[in-house]
Amino acid sequence: MDALADFLRVYQTTVGVIGINALLALSVWLTLYAGQLTLGNAAFMAIGAYGSALLGMRMGVPFPLGLTLGALLAAALALPLGLAVFRLRGVYLAIATIGFGEVLRVVLLTVPFTGKALGLNGIPAITELWHIYLSLAVVAYVLWRVQGSTVGRAWAAIREDEIAAASQGIAIRRYKLAAFVAGAAIAAWAGGLSAHLNFSIEPGDFGFTRAVQILVFAVVGGTPSVAGPIVGATLLTALPEVLRPLKEYRDIFAGLILMGVIIYLPRGLVTLAELRKTRRLQEIGVADVA
Amino acid sequence: MLLECSGISKRFGGVHAVAEVDLAIAPQQVFGLIGPNGAGKTTLVNLISGHLRVDSGAIRFAGADVTGLAPHTLTARGIARTFQGVRLFKGLTALENVLVGGHARMHSDALRRLWPRGASDRSDRERAVQLLERLGLSRPDALAGGLAYGDQRRLEIARALASDPRLLILDEPAAGMNPAESARLRELMRALVTEGLTIVLIEHDVRLVMGTCERVAVLNFGRKIAEGTPPEIQASPAVREAYLGSEYAA
Repeated sequence: MDALADFLRVYQTTVGVIGINALLALSVWLTLYAGQLTLGNAAFMAIGAYGSALLGMRMGVPFPLGLTLGALLAAALALPLGLAVFRLRGVYLAIATIGFGEVLRVVLLTVPFTGKALGLNGIPAITELWHIYLSLAVVAYVLWRVQGSTVGRAWAAIREDEIAAASQGIAIRRYKLAAFVAGAAIAAWAGGLSAHLNFSIEPGDFGFTRAVQILVFAVVGGTPSVAGPIVGATLLTALPEVLRPLKEYRDIFAGLILMGVIIYLPRGLVTLAELRKTRRLQEIGVADVA
Repeated sequence: MLLECSGISKRFGGVHAVAEVDLAIAPQQVFGLIGPNGAGKTTLVNLISGHLRVDSGAIRFAGADVTGLAPHTLTARGIARTFQGVRLFKGLTALENVLVGGHARMHSDALRRLWPRGASDRSDRERAVQLLERLGLSRPDALAGGLAYGDQRRLEIARALASDPRLLILDEPAAGMNPAESARLRELMRALVTEGLTIVLIEHDVRLVMGTCERVAVLNFGRKIAEGTPPEIQASPAVREAYLGSEYAA
C-alpha cells in the first residue's frame, strides 16, 4: 500500500492526465463506433474547460455544477453543429469538425472575457484523482452497457452499411446525432476536470494537435470495444514517461511504436487478445479464415 | 390493395428510369417484377422502399399515403426489403444482423440496460435464432462477411423478416444460388404467403418467377409494358418484343 501511495505521489499528474485522456478517447470512440470520423472533441473539451473555469472563478459556481453546465453547453452546441455537418461523410465530415474547432480557438484567442492568448490562469486545483477515475468508471460502464443495447447495435449497423441500416428501421441521422452530442458532453466533462487539474488553460491546448491526439488514443487502442480507447490513452500517455531514459531519442521511439501498432494491429491494441484466440481456433480447425 | 403506385416517375438527368408506372398489389401473393437489364426494376424498388423519392405520382401502402416517407419509417410501417448484390452488416454476426433487422419492432433498451441485470434480450435472441434456423442457417455466431454467398442471401432474407413486415421486397434473391437452393427459396416464399405475407419478387430467373408468382408485371425502359398471370405474360407479344434481341439470358 505504501508503495502505491508513493507511486501516486510522484506520478499524480501523469495518473490524472491518463484518466482524462481515457475519457477524451471514449468521447471520440462514440462517433467512431457509429462509423463517423469527427475531430471536434478538442473544441468540446475547450468548452468544458473554459466554461467550468469561468463559472467557478467569475461567478463562484460550485465545481460539480460548473462541470455539469460545461457539459450541457457543449451538448447544446453539438446539436445544431451535428445537424449541419452530418450531411457530410468521411474526410469531409472530419474537415468540417476541424473547422469548428479552429473557429472556436480563434474566438478564445480574441475575446477578452476568455483571457485571449494568455488564457485563464490561477484556476483552483480542485480536481482529485478520484473525481477523474469515478467519471471514467461511470462513462466506461454506461458505454459498455449501451454498446450491447438496441442503440449500440444501431450504431454498429450504421458503421457497417448506412443504406442497409436505414432499411432496418434505424433513423440514421438521429443515431449519429446522439453519438455526437453524447461524445461532446463527455469531452467537455473531461475538459472541466483537466482545467481544474492544471491551474491554467490557453487556446493552444485545444487545437488541431489535441484533436488528432484524442483520435490516435482511440484508434491505437482499438474501436471494437470500450476497453480500446482506455488502453490506448493509458499506454500512449505513459509511454513518454516510460521512455524517459532514452532522452532525446524518446519521441522517435514513441513514433516507431505507434507505427508498429497501426501496421500490425490495424484494429487496435485490444485485438491482441482476440488475435491469439482466433489463431488457436484456426489451429484446431474451428474458425473460418475470412 | 396492400400497395398502390399511381403514375410514379423518376428521372436521372434526362433518363426516365421509371416512367408513370401504375402498380396495384393485392395482399397475400407473390408478385413478380421482371424486365431486361436497365428496365428500371431496382429503381422502382428503391422508390417503394423510400431510398429514392418519386418525382411525381403517389404511393399508398395499407390504405395510407406513404409518398416521400423515409426508409426507416416505411420499415416501421411494414415494408422490408433485401438488396441486389447483398448488403449485410459484414462485421457483425449472423445473429446480430437479424437482431438489427428487428430494430423497428423493438423498444430501446439502452436505459434499462444500465442496471446490471436489467432488460434481458433473451426472447429477442431466441426469436432471431429461430428465424436463422428457418432459413437454414445454423451458425448464429459466424461473422456475416465470412458466410458463403448463398448463405449471405438467406441471412439477408432472415434480417428482412425480423421486422415482421407485411410486404417483403426481394431484389434478385436467387442470384448465386444453386437449383436446390432456389427450389427451397420458392418453398419458403409460398410458406410465407400462406402465413399472410405479401412478396414482391424481382428476379432474372424466369423459371423461378413463372413458377412462384400469382401475377407478374414487366418493365421495359422504365415503363410497364404488361401485367398478368404467368401464362398471360408468356403469351404477350409486347413482352416477347422487349426481350427479343436483348442480351437477356434466362
